Amino acid sequence: MDTRDLISILPLLVLAGWACLLLLIDLFVPRDRKSITAILAAIGISVALVINLMQLGEVRQAFNGMIVLDGFASLLITLFLAVGLIAIAQAYDYIKRRGIERGEYYSLLLFTLCGMLLMATAGDLIVVFLALELLSIPLYVLAGFARPQLESEEAAIKYFLLGAFASGFVVYGIALIFGATGTTALDGIVASFAATQENPVLLLVGSGMILVGLGFKVAVVPFHMWTPDVYHGAPTAVTAFMSVGAKAGGFAALLRVFLAAFPELSAAWAPMAMWIAALTMAWGNIAAIAQKNIKRMLAYSSIAHAGYILMALPAAANPTVAPEALRAVLFYLFGYAITNLGAWGVVVAMEKAEGGGLAIEDYSGLSNRRPGFALAMALFMLSLTGMPPTVGFIGKFYIFRAVIDADLIWLALVGVITSLISAYYYLRVIVVMYMRSGEPETRSESWLNATVWLTGLGTIVFGIVPGPLLALASQSWLSSLVP
Amino acid sequence: MSFSEVLQGGSLFAYAPLIIAFPLLGLLINMIFGRRLGERAVGIIASSAVGLSFVIAILQFFALSTHPEGTSVPIADWITIGQLAVPWSLKVDTLSVTMMLMVTGVSALIHVYAIGYMHEDVRFQGDPGRFTRFFVFFNLFVATMMVLVTADNFLMMFVGWEGVGLCSYLLIGFWFEKGEDGIGNAIAGKKAFITNRIGDFGFLIAMFLIFGAVGSLQFADVFHWAHEHGLENVDVITAITLFLLLGATGKSAQIPLFVWLPDAMAGPTPVSALIHAATMVTAGIYMIARNQALYDVAGLSSNLVALIGAATALFAATIAVGQFDIKRVLAYSTISQLGFMLAAVGVGAQVAGMFHLVTHAFFKALLFLSAGSVIQGIEHGHHHLEHVGANPGGGEAFDPNDMRNMGGLRSKMKITFWVYLIGALALSGIFPLAGFWSKDEILADANHESIVIFLLLTVAAFFTAFYMGRQILMVFFGQPRSEAAKHAPENPPVMTVPLILLAVGAILGGVLNLPGMHTLTDWLEHTLHVHVTEFNPVVAGLSTLLALLAIGIAWFVYGRQPMGKGSPDPLRRMLGPIFVGMENKWWVDELYQFLIVRPYIALADVLADVIDWRFWHDWFHDTVLARTFREGTRWLNDAFDLRVIDGIANGLGNLTQAISGRMRFLQTGYVRNYALSFLVGVLLVLSYFIFGSS
Amino acid sequence: MPSDYLPIAVLIVLATAVAFIAILIGHLFGPRRPTVKKSDTYESGMRPIGPGTRRMSVHFYLVAVLFILFDIEIIFLLPWAVVLREIKILGLIEMVIFVLVLLVGFVYAWKKGALEWE
Repeated sequence: MDTRDLISILPLLVLAGWACLLLLIDLFVPRDRKSITAILAAIGISVALVINLMQLGEVRQAFNGMIVLDGFASLLITLFLAVGLIAIAQAYDYIKRRGIERGEYYSLLLFTLCGMLLMATAGDLIVVFLALELLSIPLYVLAGFARPQLESEEAAIKYFLLGAFASGFVVYGIALIFGATGTTALDGIVASFAATQENPVLLLVGSGMILVGLGFKVAVVPFHMWTPDVYHGAPTAVTAFMSVGAKAGGFAALLRVFLAAFPELSAAWAPMAMWIAALTMAWGNIAAIAQKNIKRMLAYSSIAHAGYILMALPAAANPTVAPEALRAVLFYLFGYAITNLGAWGVVVAMEKAEGGGLAIEDYSGLSNRRPGFALAMALFMLSLTGMPPTVGFIGKFYIFRAVIDADLIWLALVGVITSLISAYYYLRVIVVMYMRSGEPETRSESWLNATVWLTGLGTIVFGIVPGPLLALASQSWLSSLVP
Repeated sequence: MSFSEVLQGGSLFAYAPLIIAFPLLGLLINMIFGRRLGERAVGIIASSAVGLSFVIAILQFFALSTHPEGTSVPIADWITIGQLAVPWSLKVDTLSVTMMLMVTGVSALIHVYAIGYMHEDVRFQGDPGRFTRFFVFFNLFVATMMVLVTADNFLMMFVGWEGVGLCSYLLIGFWFEKGEDGIGNAIAGKKAFITNRIGDFGFLIAMFLIFGAVGSLQFADVFHWAHEHGLENVDVITAITLFLLLGATGKSAQIPLFVWLPDAMAGPTPVSALIHAATMVTAGIYMIARNQALYDVAGLSSNLVALIGAATALFAATIAVGQFDIKRVLAYSTISQLGFMLAAVGVGAQVAGMFHLVTHAFFKALLFLSAGSVIQGIEHGHHHLEHVGANPGGGEAFDPNDMRNMGGLRSKMKITFWVYLIGALALSGIFPLAGFWSKDEILADANHESIVIFLLLTVAAFFTAFYMGRQILMVFFGQPRSEAAKHAPENPPVMTVPLILLAVGAILGGVLNLPGMHTLTDWLEHTLHVHVTEFNPVVAGLSTLLALLAIGIAWFVYGRQPMGKGSPDPLRRMLGPIFVGMENKWWVDELYQFLIVRPYIALADVLADVIDWRFWHDWFHDTVLARTFREGTRWLNDAFDLRVIDGIANGLGNLTQAISGRMRFLQTGYVRNYALSFLVGVLLVLSYFIFGSS
Repeated sequence: MPSDYLPIAVLIVLATAVAFIAILIGHLFGPRRPTVKKSDTYESGMRPIGPGTRRMSVHFYLVAVLFILFDIEIIFLLPWAVVLREIKILGLIEMVIFVLVLLVGFVYAWKKGALEWE
C-alpha cells in the first residue's frame, strides 16, 4: 500500500471519515438544532464531490486491483454524490415535518453513499460484497426511520429480510466462483477462465447467483416483490434517495462484474438478462396501471425503469456495441436520477402529516394551487414516459439505439410497447393535476422547492441540449474493456 | 505571470464565452429580482453586464494583436446526428472582434442612455413596471447578437440571427397596446417579423444547399471547399449566395424587404438606435463579408449585391427627403447607409464596408439618441403645458415625433443640438468627420469597380446631405412651431453624457482606416482577402462638393425663410408630385399590399371559405363522410358490434381483471411469499445458466 | 474441480442423516407419558416464571451487538499482536484506525444510553 492507493479512494475516505465524525458531532448537537448536522453532511459530500471532480478522467488501479478508478467509476461517483446532496435537501424539512428529525439520518445517508462509491470502484468480488452490504444496511435502517410508524417498520423489516436473503446469494455465488477459479479479482477470473477452459458449471452457477443478488438490489422481476411495499412504507425522502441511488449502485456493480469478469459467459447471461429485462418492463408497467397510491405507482415505475436500464446489459455483451451501451446506461442513469428525484420531490411536498396526500386523486387541482409544481410534475411524468423534449426521451433513445445496434430488435420492441403502456399511468397524473378540480394541500419549503426547480430545469435542459451530458457519459469506459 | 505576458498569450481567448455570459447573467438577475431591485439597480446591472462584455471584447482585441490568426473557442457539442456535426464554438478573429467591439461598445453607451430615457418613457406611457422588462430584452439582444457575430458555423449564426430577430420583434412592440388604433405598434412588430421571415427562409435554403454540397456547416470547411472546388461548383455557389443575399436583404432592410424598418421606429428610441441603426441591421452586411470566400466565386451574386445596395442607397435617400417624422427620416437614412455598405461588400470592398459599418454605428446611434432626446424634450414641454392647464394640442392628438411641431430648439437644448449637428455632418460626409473617410473609401472602391454603382451612390450621398440639412434646419432653427417646442428642456446628464461620447466617436471614427495608414485593412487582412484602397482626391473632392452643395440648397429652401406654423413644406411647392411620391415612400407599401398581401389574403379567403369550409366541411365531411359513417355504424352496431365486438371487449376486460387479480394475489404483503417467489426466480435463473446455455 | 467438493457433500448428507436418525430413533422407541411438569417450560431446574416465548427487553440485543463488536476486535487483535513485529509501524497505524472506528461506535452507543440498564 502506498499513498497513491489512498489518493485513489480519497473521496471515499473523506466521506467515510466524515460520516464517523458526524456521528460523534451529532451527539452534541441539541435536538432542535439538527439542521447543523444536515449542513455538515452536505459540506462533507461537497468536499468529496470536489475531490472526485478533480480526479475525473484518471485511470488507475489501487490496492492490487481491489479498487479500480476509471471513467465509469468517477462518473458514477459524481452521480452518487450529487444525488446525496439532493437527498439531504429533500429530507431537510421533511423529517422535521414528520417529527423524525434525528441526526443519524444524515450519518446513515453518508454511510450508504460510501457503499455506493465503493460499489462503483470495486475491482474485486469481495469489495463488491463489502460495498453491497455497506450500501444496504444503512438503507434498511433509513427505511424504518419513521418508527414507531408501523408502515415504516414493516418496510424496514421486509427490506432487511429479503435483502439479507439476496446478500446470501451474492456471497455464496462469490464463494463458488472462488472455488472455480481460485480468485475473486475481476480480471483474475477472466484470466483463470482463459487459462483452464474447463466446464464452467461452478462459474455459471456463481455468476447466476450474483445476477440474482444484484438483480434484487436494482429490483428486476422476479426479485422485485419488496419494492412496492418498501417504497410505500419508507419515509418518502428515503424512498427518493433509494430509488435513484441504490438502483444506480446496483447497476454499477452489475455492469462491471458481468462485463469485466464474465465476458466469456455471455452466452448464458445475455439471454437471461434479456428475458429479465423484457419481463421487468412488462410487469412494472402493467402493474403500475392499477395503483392508486402515487408512491406505489412510482415504485412500479422504478421497477419498469430498471428493466429499461437492464436492456443495455445484453446489448453490451456484444463487444462492438459495448461502449455505446455503457454510454447509454450512464446517460440514462443521470437522466433517471434527475427526473425521478424531481418527481419524488413533488411527492414529498404533497405528503401530509399522517401519511395522507399520497393518493393520485389528491393531486386534483394542483395546477391551480401550485402551477409551478404541477408544471414540474408534468415534466417529470413526460420524462419518465420518454417524451421529447425531456431528458427521459434522450435516455430511452440511446438505450433503444444500443439495443437495436446489438440486433436485439424484439427487445427494443418490447421496450417501445411498454413505454406506450406506461404513458397511460404517467399521463393520468397530469390529467388529474390539470383537469380535475380540487384543493390540494401543499407545502412550500425552500430547499425542497429548490430541488424540484433544479431537477425540472435539468429535465428540460438536458432534454434539449443533451450534448454536454452525453459527452460526459462517453467518458465512461470500463478500464478493463480498453485493450 | 505579469499583465503584459497575459496580454501576449493566446490564453485570453478562453475568456471569449464570457462575452455572451455577462448579458445573460444580467438579464437573469433582472428577470428574477428585477421587481425588487428598483429602477436604478436594474439599469446599473444591465449596463454593467454589457460594459463587462465590452471589456471582454477589448481583451480579445489584445489577444488578437499578438495572435492575429484568431482561434475557435469550443463550448459544447450541440448537435451530432449522422454526418451532421454542429459544435458550438466561438470564432474569435479580426472580423468578429471588430463587430464585438462595435456592438458592445455602442450597446454599453445606449444602455446608459436608456436608463434616463426609459425612466421618462415608462412614465409618459403610463406603465413604470415595464422598465425592467426593457432591460431584460435589451440584454437578451446583446447576448444573441454576440452569438451571431461569434458563430463558427452557419447554424449558430442562424441561431443568433433568429435571436436578434426575436428581440427586435419584442422591442418594436414594446408598447404593444399603443400606436394607431391601439394596435399599431403590435402590427409594426408583426410586419418586421414576417418580412424577416422571408429573409430567414433564404438563409435556411442557403444552409440546406451548403450542407447538401459540402456536408458541413462549419465556416472553415465551407470556405475551404469553396476555395478548392469552387470553380466546378459555380452554379451551386451562385444559388447559395443568392439565397444568402435574400437573407441579408431581410435583416439589413434592403430592396425588396426594407419596408419593415421605418415601421420598426414604433419601438422606444434606444431600440431604434441600438437595434435598428447600429447593430442588428448590420448583421446582413457582416454575414456577406464573412462569406467573402463564397461571393468571390459567384460573380453574378456579387454584382447583384452591389446593385441592390446602391439602388437601395439612392431609393431610400429620396424617401428620407419627404418625411416629417424625425425618426423616420433617420430610418430611411439607415436603409440608405446600409445600402452603401452592401454595395461596398458587393464590389469586393469588404474593408470599406466594415469601416463604414463601424463609423455609421457611431453617428447613427448618436443621431437616433439625439432624436430621442429631442422627442423627450418635446414631450416634457407638452406635459408641462398640460400641467399648467393650457391646451397645447388644440384637441387633436399631439405627435412629439413630427418635425412640423418643432423648430428653434437650438437655444433650448444646446448639448443635443451640437451633438446632433456633429452626427448630421458626419453622416453627410463632411471632412474630417468619421463619415467622410468611410463613405469616400466606398465611393473610391465603387469608382474603381463600376461606374453605375458609383453614380448611384454619389447621387445618394448628395440626397443624404440634403435631408440631413433639412432636418437640422427644421428641428433646431427658426421659431418654435408649437407650444411644446417652446417649453422643451434639456435632458439630464445620464442621457447627454453618452451622446457626447458617441459624438467623440463620430468625430474621430475615421482614424480607424485613414488613407495611408490603413489600420483596419491590415487588421482585417488576417481574416479576409483585402486590398488597400488608395485615397482618390477627385472622388473625395467631388463628394464633399456635392455634400456642401446639398446643404446649401437645404439652407436655401428651409433656412433662409424658416417654415411657419402650419404651413406646408416649401419643397412641396417646388417639386410638386415628386415630393408627394417621396412623402408617400413611392407607394412601395401600397404596391406590396396590392401585389402580395391582398392576393395572398384573397387566396387565403378562397382556401378557407371555398376549399376548406364548403368543399371539405360541407360536402366532404358533412355529406360524404358523415353519411357513410352513419350508415356504416348502423350496420356495425346492428350486425357486428353487438355480436362480435362486445364479445371481444368483454373478454379483454375480463382478461385484464384476471391478470390484475393474479398480480394482487402475488403481491400479498407477506415476506415469506416474496421470498418464495424470489427462490423460484433463483431456480429459474440457475437452471437456465446450467442447462439452457450449453 | 467440482469433484474436490465431494467430501463436503458426503459430510453434509451424513450430518443431516445422523441428526434425523437420532431424533427418529428417540421418537420411535422412547416412551411417552406426558405430565404437567414434563411439558412445562424448562428453566435449568428452577421453578418456571411465565411462558417460554416471553418477550425479551431490546437491551439484551443491544448488549449482544455491542459484545460482538468488541468480540471481533479481540479476534483481530490477537493475530495482529502476534505478527506486529513483522508488519511494523504500518500495521500499528492500521490497527489504530480500526480501533478508532470501533471507538466511534462505542462513544455513540454510550452517549445514546445503550449501556445503561435502568
